Amino acid sequence: MSDRLAEMFARTHALGRPALIPFVPGGWPEPDATLQIALAAVAGGADALEIGMPFSDPLADGATNQLAYQQALAQGVSVPKVLAAVREIRGAGVSIPLLLMGYCNPLLAYGMDRFVHDAAEAGVDGLIIVDLPPEEAAELEVPARAAGLHLVYLLAPTSTLDRIALVAAHASGFIYCVSVAGVTGSRTALSDEVPAFLARVRQETDLPLAIGFGISTPEQVEVMGRVADAVVVGSAFVQAVEAAPLERRAETVRAFVEGLAGRDGRAAATAD
Amino acid sequence: MTTTLPPMPDERGHFGEFGGKYVPETLMPALTELEAAYDAAMLDPTFRGELDHLLRTYVGRPTPLTYAARLSAHLAEANGARGGPKIYLKREDLAHTGAHKINAALAQALLARRMGKQRIVAETGAGQHGVATATACALLGLQCIVYMGSEDVRRQSLNVFRMKLLGAEVRPVDAGSRTLKDAINEAIRDWVTNVRDTYYLLGSVVGPHPYPAMVREFQSVIGIEAREQVLAAEGRLPTVAIACVGGGSNAMGLFSAFLDDPVRLVGVEAAGEGLEARHAATLSKGRPGVLHGARSYLLQDADGQLIEAHSISAGLDYPGVGPEHSWLKTSERAEYVAITDVEALAGFQMLCGTEGIIPALESSHAVAYLPKLVAGLGGNDLVVLNLSGRGDKDMGTVAAALGVTL
Repeated sequence: MSDRLAEMFARTHALGRPALIPFVPGGWPEPDATLQIALAAVAGGADALEIGMPFSDPLADGATNQLAYQQALAQGVSVPKVLAAVREIRGAGVSIPLLLMGYCNPLLAYGMDRFVHDAAEAGVDGLIIVDLPPEEAAELEVPARAAGLHLVYLLAPTSTLDRIALVAAHASGFIYCVSVAGVTGSRTALSDEVPAFLARVRQETDLPLAIGFGISTPEQVEVMGRVADAVVVGSAFVQAVEAAPLERRAETVRAFVEGLAGRDGRAAATAD
Repeated sequence: MTTTLPPMPDERGHFGEFGGKYVPETLMPALTELEAAYDAAMLDPTFRGELDHLLRTYVGRPTPLTYAARLSAHLAEANGARGGPKIYLKREDLAHTGAHKINAALAQALLARRMGKQRIVAETGAGQHGVATATACALLGLQCIVYMGSEDVRRQSLNVFRMKLLGAEVRPVDAGSRTLKDAINEAIRDWVTNVRDTYYLLGSVVGPHPYPAMVREFQSVIGIEAREQVLAAEGRLPTVAIACVGGGSNAMGLFSAFLDDPVRLVGVEAAGEGLEARHAATLSKGRPGVLHGARSYLLQDADGQLIEAHSISAGLDYPGVGPEHSWLKTSERAEYVAITDVEALAGFQMLCGTEGIIPALESSHAVAYLPKLVAGLGGNDLVVLNLSGRGDKDMGTVAAALGVTL
């Protein structure tokens, strides 16, 4: 089967720029909102989309994503509705990589094997499960690998060389590097340890490296994009979706992503 | 002492299918560092010596084992000629700060200081672990930040004041159900963010490895003392060891000394308003899943979202339970039962009236199960009940439940 993630990185590497990956909780702000947001993100230049699976106790997330997850859960959104949103997005012809991000327990409740089967069938390319380190992941990693789903592991600035090697040995698709010790959420200043951190990781793997957590502005995307193969913008994207009036959401989301991608009018004028 | 250490957890922190380390990557190195520091401390006679000294001279250990003569006689009446068991109370209510929580808080604070971590974060439900942590931090000169659900802050204002007097900063948590579960989420978020200089001082046998094993070890002094004391008093082992279970640290502290003995182990959960209504009976009514870094029984809906727990006792108001309890349940080494709010209040009053001891509402759940337990026992049996804390903190709650205006 075709590997959308590998194709994406081949393309962005050829273009000499990082892949831009926005994150949004599935089924939020309304249960049927994800398709419109995905189409707008693609139109704005998103290279892939990360879709969050709401969880009641998201202990790696900051206030923005916690609140969005709570709102989604209050409207009855959990794993089945997120998978339905993915099917809808694929049905609309969207061909960029789609990644599901979430926590372990909703997958256990759904059934790991059944989840992998349904996610692959829906058109998901990879999974990022933040509370499932390689030590505990066999029950997801084995079926995911068999189904051709990438299991994307995370590394943090605190990760030791031993852990980097362990994660590199298990990872596929790319490795999600967390920019700071901390939870998700916008930060005005990013850590200056990121380049050295990514350099440590690159000594252990040839896989592409994405950087995420706290990246919110075009300037931060630009700086991080110099050292990473992909940049994930989460909470800031969530805030942009939330702030947009419903009738102008599509164009607001599109403009926000264009801004992050450096393809808005201002950036385009200086880029050439 | 000839107590054999229990064989669990394995080296990866698993109790059978339970336990483990289900945490964000940022915390994995911190857990490895903690494991190494804990193992080294336990092999260091200086660390153990200082802990033992403080347990004796500061906490007031050993706590007594009290023969509850009038309670035993009262409960035996229903058994008629068959008679009833002699009931002994392990008096953790007499430990400094009024509950068993100080045992593990002090030990972990010593460990944190040894690791060079000057900043301590903790979660608290009823406030007992928060008070114990604030106490240990005051004693050792460490900075203390306690996360507490805003609903619990309201219910346990006396303990909030105690923590502040002891120099701790209490941070109310408004997320989710605003109780213990959410306080743990927030404490973990703090730990993730400040992991390099911060020690997370967990209050129960929950969380990722090595916490369940480490907190059990630091609470095992309860069972070790109780076993020696009952042997000294009666010359034989008890028939039953019984304790309340929220996260389950006081119960593991008691049970751990008897795991290899022919002793029935009974854990009493909170049935709240009833097992078909709102409750906190995780082992009785839950399903296995992953919360707060460990695989264990949880109260959850069909989609794997956590359900809000309910108990009159804030310390049992938690939709999870320590992974070793899940293993003891599925391996049938221990039995788990549940007691409602109403039954717990009756147990509370029964102990006040027969023994002149005001128990914590948490411990009252274990007391309240005694009539049912005694019905199946006879005059030759012995029961050791862990009276995990004293009830002063619960006066407001009990008065309200009994319709009394203070």
